[in-house]
Amino acid sequence: MPIVDATDSPPALSISGLTKVYSSGLEALGGIDLKVADGDFFALLGPNGAGKSTTIGIVSSLVRKTSGNVKIFGIDIDIDFASAKSHIGLVPQEINFSQFETVEEIVLNQAGYYGINRRTALERAEVYLRELALWDRRSEISRNLSGGMKRRLMIARALVHEPRLLILDEPTAGVDIEIRRSMWSFLANLNAAGTTIILTTHYLEEAELLCRNIAIIDKGSIIENTSMRVLLAKLHSESFIFDSATAITSLPAMKVAELTLIDEHKFEVVIDKHQNLNEVFERLSAAGITIRSMRNKSNRLEELFLDRVNNNA
Amino acid sequence: MRELTPTRSQIPSRRELYVTAFRTIVTKELNRFLRIWLQTILPPAITMGLYFVIFGNLIGPRIGLMSGFAYMQYIAPGIIMMAIITNSYSNVVSSFFGAKFQRHIEEILIAPVPNALILAGYICGGVSRGIIVGILVTVVALFFTDLKIHSYAVTISVVVLTSVLFSLAGFINAIYAKKFDDISIVPTFVLTPLIYLGGVFYSVDSLPEFWRQVSMFNPVLYMVNAFRYGMLGISDIGLLHAFTVIIVFVVLLTTLSLNLLNRGVGLRA
Repeated sequence: MPIVDATDSPPALSISGLTKVYSSGLEALGGIDLKVADGDFFALLGPNGAGKSTTIGIVSSLVRKTSGNVKIFGIDIDIDFASAKSHIGLVPQEINFSQFETVEEIVLNQAGYYGINRRTALERAEVYLRELALWDRRSEISRNLSGGMKRRLMIARALVHEPRLLILDEPTAGVDIEIRRSMWSFLANLNAAGTTIILTTHYLEEAELLCRNIAIIDKGSIIENTSMRVLLAKLHSESFIFDSATAITSLPAMKVAELTLIDEHKFEVVIDKHQNLNEVFERLSAAGITIRSMRNKSNRLEELFLDRVNNNA
Repeated sequence: MRELTPTRSQIPSRRELYVTAFRTIVTKELNRFLRIWLQTILPPAITMGLYFVIFGNLIGPRIGLMSGFAYMQYIAPGIIMMAIITNSYSNVVSSFFGAKFQRHIEEILIAPVPNALILAGYICGGVSRGIIVGILVTVVALFFTDLKIHSYAVTISVVVLTSVLFSLAGFINAIYAKKFDDISIVPTFVLTPLIYLGGVFYSVDSLPEFWRQVSMFNPVLYMVNAFRYGMLGISDIGLLHAFTVIIVFVVLLTTLSLNLLNRGVGLRA
């Protein structure tokens, strides 16, 4: 779904001059500005302790801001937080449902807190629990669920009041790759159906795959806020890992690439993204090195992320 | 995969929201203590039954009459009130602290539920358990003595107000509690002495003047005596005086609870 033009509707989230100083004196946010358009799939990235969870906490009312302004779909949280909250669904980083209630009870109770009547809540609970492959476990006490199921339950719970803005704080942490991929597909469909999604994650591949826009937060400040396409275009070089068929002790020097030996069968090649790899292969071949396989060292966003955060150090 | 088409349905009206949210909190609270009735409902009935056996049946006949009533009859209202007080308190303190500890209180905090409604929901849970246990203990008491209600209005209003008061006290304890020790310290070192010294087992008129005056600072004394008046028609304290004290405490604790919730103490960073 295309992002709704900012002139058509207010942004899903608009933050200006947001600061947070905890009672310990720790300044978690130093006056951030952020705008997430209606319909966007937005990545909020940053190292641990950067201020991501504090920002999400303020938006969802779990953390009290020190100063600044937050609007949810144009509703100022200082004026009508209750209305603003009605539009938000939150999937927190840590498991936070009752360990003694059943899967269905947890979802139905959450619907109740948003004023959803029982009949509608039951219908929606079935839809989202089926969608997240939890319907067969609906009568299970939640503490008996696996880690991946618990994560999916938190997503179903966050969706039962059908929020316009879904905030996911590391939703796939500790989830195996198969479930993670099915969650990606689910979230992509949800966004395509019109739900604005803000995602924080440590799996940068996830952000690169799903998100259209991105902000990087570090030490309580936004150090990058742009579209994923523009950010990735800033990447100057790419790294590959080459596997040699035979043992190697030294690598040939090259102008187009920087080669570093990792072990006797493996080395890293860093190459400008405008260069091609043909010359590298030719030089390796001339040096008697036979390449058995190659792969990207890491995803592109990861390199950019580390670059930006390290430059901010 | 099913087409996900969030309906963007109308957000419920404030009235719908308040009614549904309140009902949800109360239902959740009732389910919580009824699900574990072996821990929440039965033990007080057994404990209070033992009080009746030991103090009423075994020791009572040696004490003789108190304020014109057999000792068993005299202590029955106090023991029922003791059960109501401890259960109202412990229901709210354990439930709310448990929700904080497991962090599922966040489910309510992020929702558009007003703080007054959160408080009212938890208090209703505490009052419900207090009354259920109170009725059960009354049934147990009937195995040992005859009980008549002197004034239904006084009896019911004292039960409800006392239950509300100690539910509020439990709520405040849970707000400040950071670990499980913190929710047992107050019941052990404050609540239990107040109850035992609150005229459950004796008339304060039988105390030396100094200790009688000291007892007047114990709020439990007013509740036990007002309830005793409701059942037996006798009280060490004037009824108006007792109700004034109870209502003042309810108003004070309600104000403090709402203030703590509004400031997010112990709940919002």
